[in-house]
Amino acid sequence: MPTPLHIVVCAGIVPDPLQTLEPTTTATGPGLKNEMVLPAVLDPWAACALYEAANLVAKNPGSKLWLVSLGPKAKLQQVMMTVAQKVAFELVPIDGPIGGFPDAHATAAALAEAIDGIAGLDKAKLLLFGGWESATRGAGVTLAIVGERLGITDQFEGVDQIELREDGSFEVLERIEGGRHQVSVCAGAPAVLGWATGNLSEPRNNPQIGMANMRTIMPALQKAKTAKLDANGLRYVSVSQPKQQRTTRVVKDMTPDEIAAELVEWIGAE
Amino acid sequence: MESILVLTHADESGAALTKASLEAVTAGLELSSRLGAPLAIGIVAADVANLSKALPVAKILAVAGEAFAQARYATDAAACEALCRAANATIMLVAAGSRFARVAAGVAHRLGGAIDTHITAIGGSEAIEASRWFYRQRVEAVITRDARPWLLLLDAGTHAAYAGEAGNAPAELVAVDLPATRTTVSGTRAPQQDAQTIRPDAKLLLVAGAGWTKKQPDGQVHTSEAATLILGFLRATSASLGSSKSLVDQGGEGNSVLPFLTHMNQIGQTGATPRHAKGLSTCCHGEEPHVVGWRFIGERRAISLDANCGWARGKADVVYVADAFPVMAKVNELLTAAKG
Repeated sequence: MPTPLHIVVCAGIVPDPLQTLEPTTTATGPGLKNEMVLPAVLDPWAACALYEAANLVAKNPGSKLWLVSLGPKAKLQQVMMTVAQKVAFELVPIDGPIGGFPDAHATAAALAEAIDGIAGLDKAKLLLFGGWESATRGAGVTLAIVGERLGITDQFEGVDQIELREDGSFEVLERIEGGRHQVSVCAGAPAVLGWATGNLSEPRNNPQIGMANMRTIMPALQKAKTAKLDANGLRYVSVSQPKQQRTTRVVKDMTPDEIAAELVEWIGAE
Repeated sequence: MESILVLTHADESGAALTKASLEAVTAGLELSSRLGAPLAIGIVAADVANLSKALPVAKILAVAGEAFAQARYATDAAACEALCRAANATIMLVAAGSRFARVAAGVAHRLGGAIDTHITAIGGSEAIEASRWFYRQRVEAVITRDARPWLLLLDAGTHAAYAGEAGNAPAELVAVDLPATRTTVSGTRAPQQDAQTIRPDAKLLLVAGAGWTKKQPDGQVHTSEAATLILGFLRATSASLGSSKSLVDQGGEGNSVLPFLTHMNQIGQTGATPRHAKGLSTCCHGEEPHVVGWRFIGERRAISLDANCGWARGKADVVYVADAFPVMAKVNELLTAAKG
C-alpha cells in the first residue's frame, strides 16, 4: 500500500543566476542594487526538492504538497507564474524581505510558524523538504532550524534520492565527502530532507497545471501574512564584490601540440 | 570574556580525527591565542582513547560510544549539544564536513545561540568578525554577532590541519541523553561509474563542459572519444573531475552523455565550489565554472573555441583558443610518455 504523505517544500526566490549582483546599503541593512527589479527564479536546489516532492506525491495517492515561500508578495507572484506551470501544489506565501542578508534564525522562525498554521497538515505524515543550501545566503541552516522548531529530529542534508517502502519507512541517500552517498533508512515521517540536485529533470511547463495552481495562488498571495525578520544581533561589518580580476592571456596562435606541451609543463610545475 | 570550544569528530576509520577537525583545531588555537581566551576541544567518536593524545590543549571533552560511530542527525545533535553545554563556551568552532554541517544549526537552536556557516576567515580586533560568501561566492561579507553561544562552521581548506606537538590531557567523558533513534545508517555508496572521479584532495581540477558532447567539425558527436580523453587525463594526473551543469543535465534529457558523470561532479550554481591549487576547464562556456565554481581555484587555465568568452576573460589566467580534442589527446600522450 502506498503511504500518503504531507510534503511541505520550503523554497525562497533568488536573483536569476545570470544577473550581475552588486551589493549596496539599504535602510534595513545590506542588499543588492536594483534587487526588486532583478529577474528572479525559484531557488535552484529548492526547485529540485519541489520536483522530487511532486514525484513522490504522484506515486502516493492521498498525498498533498505545499510550497512555503518567503519574499515580497510582488516578487512571489512573478516567480509563481512560472513555477506554477511545473507541478501542482498549494502555495503558503509569507510576505517578507528578499535576499540573502536577513538572519537565517528569523527566517526559520517565520517559516516554522507558517507551517504550523497550515490547515489540514498532519505532522505525523510530514516530510519537510527544501534545498540543502540556498543560492542567496547559502548557509544551509534554515531548514534544519525549521525542523528543530517543529520537533523533527530525523534530518538529512544533501539528499539525492529517497525510496519509499511499503511499511512507510524510506531509504535516503545523502551526499558526503569524496563523491559518495551515505545510505540511511528512516522509520518514516516526520523527517527533514534538504535536497541537493536529486535525479529528476525540470518538468516541462504545463498550462493546465498552471491554471489550476493560479486559482489558489492568487487568493493565497492576497492573504499572505507579513513577517518582520529580526536581526538577532547579526551585524554586517562589510559587504563587497570580490575585487579579484585576473589578467587573462588569450592564446590564439599556438598549435594543439604546443598548447599541450605548455599545459603538461604547467601541470607538473609545483 | 570569550571562551572557545572546537567541535571535532573521528574519521570513518575511527582511529583519527578528520582533516577538517584538525583544521578547526588550528583555527581554535589561533583565535584562542589572539583573544587570550581559554580553549577546549570536544570530540565525537565511538572510541576516543587515542584521539585526544594528538591534541595540544589542557581541556578535552568527549562523547563516546557505538551510537557515535556513524553520522546520524539524532545522535550527533545530542552529542554536540552535550559537549557544548559541558564546555559552556561562548564561541564554538565547528569542523567542516557533511557530518557536522547536518547538525550544527539544530545544535545552535537548542542552545539558544546563533550559527553562521562556510566561514573562510575569523578576524576582528575588538569584536570577533567572520568572513563568508553570499550569493554562491559572488558577494563577500564580514559579519559579527552579539548572540552567544555563536557557532561558526568553518569551510574546509581555510586553515592548515594541526600537526604540532601532541598533548597529554585525558579526555573527560560527557554523558549524553540519547534520543530514540529512528534512523539506521547502513553504509556508503559510490555512484555507479567506471572510476572514482571526485578527489577533493587533488592538486588539479579538470572541468568538462558541454562542448565535449556537441557536434565536432565532422558533423558527428564523439562522446566515447571524449570519455576516453577525460578518463585518460584523470588517470595520468590523479586530478579531480568537475562538470558544468549543462553537461550533467544532458543525461536527463536523453542526449549523449559521458557515462561517468553525475550531479556529484557538478560545480557552480547548483554544484560544489571546490578548492584545488590548479584548475583546467575544457569545452566550457558560461558562468558556473568561471565565476562560481572557480572561486577557490588557485591557478586557472581554459581551453575554449570562443576567444571572446566573457566569463573566461578576467577569470582565467590563460585561455587557449583551440579545439580541446586534439589538445587533450596530445596532453595525454605527453603525460603517458613522461611516466614511461
